[in-house]
Amino acid sequence: MKDWIRAACLVAAAAAAVSAGGGEPPRAEAARPAARKAEQLVQAQPPPFSEGVYPCSQCHDKPGDRTRRALGYHDEIQAIFDHDAEHRWCLDCHDVANRDVLHLSNGDPVPFTESYRLCGQCHGDKFRDWRVGVHGKRVGAWNGAKTYFLCVNCHNPHSPRFKGVKEIEVGGRSVTQPTLELLAPLPRPQRPEEMRP
Amino acid sequence: MTTRKGLPIVHDGRAQEQADGPASPPAHRSRDRSEDKPGREAPRCDDPRRRTFLKTAAAGAAMAALSGCGVEGFLRKHLKELSKEDVARLVAKLQREQERRFARKVTIDTSGPLEGVLFGYGLDLSRCVGCRRCVYACVKENNQSRAHPQIHWIRVLEMEKAQGVDLAHADVYYEADRVPREGHFYMPVQCQQCRNPPCVKACPTQATWKEKDGIVVIDYDWCIGCRCCMSACPYGARHFNWASPTLAADELNPDQHLLGNRPRPKGVVEKCTFCIQRTRNGRYPACVEICPVGARKFGNLLDPESEIRRVMDTKRVFVFKEELATHPQFYYFYAT
Repeated sequence: MKDWIRAACLVAAAAAAVSAGGGEPPRAEAARPAARKAEQLVQAQPPPFSEGVYPCSQCHDKPGDRTRRALGYHDEIQAIFDHDAEHRWCLDCHDVANRDVLHLSNGDPVPFTESYRLCGQCHGDKFRDWRVGVHGKRVGAWNGAKTYFLCVNCHNPHSPRFKGVKEIEVGGRSVTQPTLELLAPLPRPQRPEEMRP
Repeated sequence: MTTRKGLPIVHDGRAQEQADGPASPPAHRSRDRSEDKPGREAPRCDDPRRRTFLKTAAAGAAMAALSGCGVEGFLRKHLKELSKEDVARLVAKLQREQERRFARKVTIDTSGPLEGVLFGYGLDLSRCVGCRRCVYACVKENNQSRAHPQIHWIRVLEMEKAQGVDLAHADVYYEADRVPREGHFYMPVQCQQCRNPPCVKACPTQATWKEKDGIVVIDYDWCIGCRCCMSACPYGARHFNWASPTLAADELNPDQHLLGNRPRPKGVVEKCTFCIQRTRNGRYPACVEICPVGARKFGNLLDPESEIRRVMDTKRVFVFKEELATHPQFYYFYAT
């Protein structure tokens, strides 16, 4: 009888040890999916710069005037600017010290290739959806490496309501660029009577 | 599909009955089946010489009808009952035939369902603009007949916002300079890969079935073209090759799957397979990759991290014609 009790105690102790030691594996597992995700998240398409516009420091070689005003250049952007235009202007997103980057609201620089971090500051709901693949487009493998599309591949940052997209060449690569016109539909299907020989 | 588990019950005498079956259904229908069966023909043909003659004549007629299709195609068993070697031989034959017809190298994949995968598809109705890019990407990817007959696996319905999802007011033939048109929304419809597929139940020859990963497939060699599945499908997702499909050699997609986009003969039914040739190899379907507005989502329903599961967890989701209890694996949702 005593042996039986001793055996039971041993089993209980062993079980306690296992459960105490079991504290670590879950933490390791929690780290693993994140690592897997980072590995699979392929860089988004490059930003769809128009021919010759980048780097901006070609023209903006010294820090400019920070006061908000109508500019004498970039007419094509000023004409369409419709991104909370009442409250904001160029230097709210573009960095005044280094024109080849953007900046967050706290002043931290953001390269154009990661502009989604800037967009996500205000559009957090869309950003969260985009990060998990619910908003926006991805191409590649449904169970592996994907190419993400940046916000600006489909939304013109200066006039962000979605209208349409087209393909352009950037550095020999086909890149999606937003357009200012809506898409034209492809031809309608044939009616049954049109298919008869 | 090479798995031998869960075999359908196929009649033993079927191989002979099918002798002139799939490619020439009229001959099949016109023949009295009972004449084939040795037990039943005995009382009528008791003269052994007459019986031999009839057999030879029948075989000759069958051979004449078969020309170009090969005898083994007609005498073979159901695809699920074939061994790996048989399938390999069948694929090699189909590849040779296509290389003769199109003068191009093609590969026909036979890969089966992936372990632990159940495909799910999401379509965001608040994003779709009705541009029909998906329709034509699908045609190109899946080797559909281009014209006469023109076959589109995806039909984009234009509906009025005031009416909601209402098929009585839907128009598939809309024409516009620019889309979306004011006051309209668009609902693309394709095979919903039902969990309870009426088409599979309707098929008299078991030429269509549901795979483990959820894709409803068709064996084009086994289809007799009766179109029962088409009348059973509540989504109009199945399409019939009324004439020989028109497909130019330079438009052929050479990356094919035996149960997917290999060119179909005249007189068989075809439908969307979630691009089985792409998705079983880890790629997105062609319609997902072409969609310019990112309205189409695809992934593994068994993976909680997948895009489709995120959609189902966080968005308003519905299935089309839910009241019919077809339980589609194709979900419509509103992301906004």
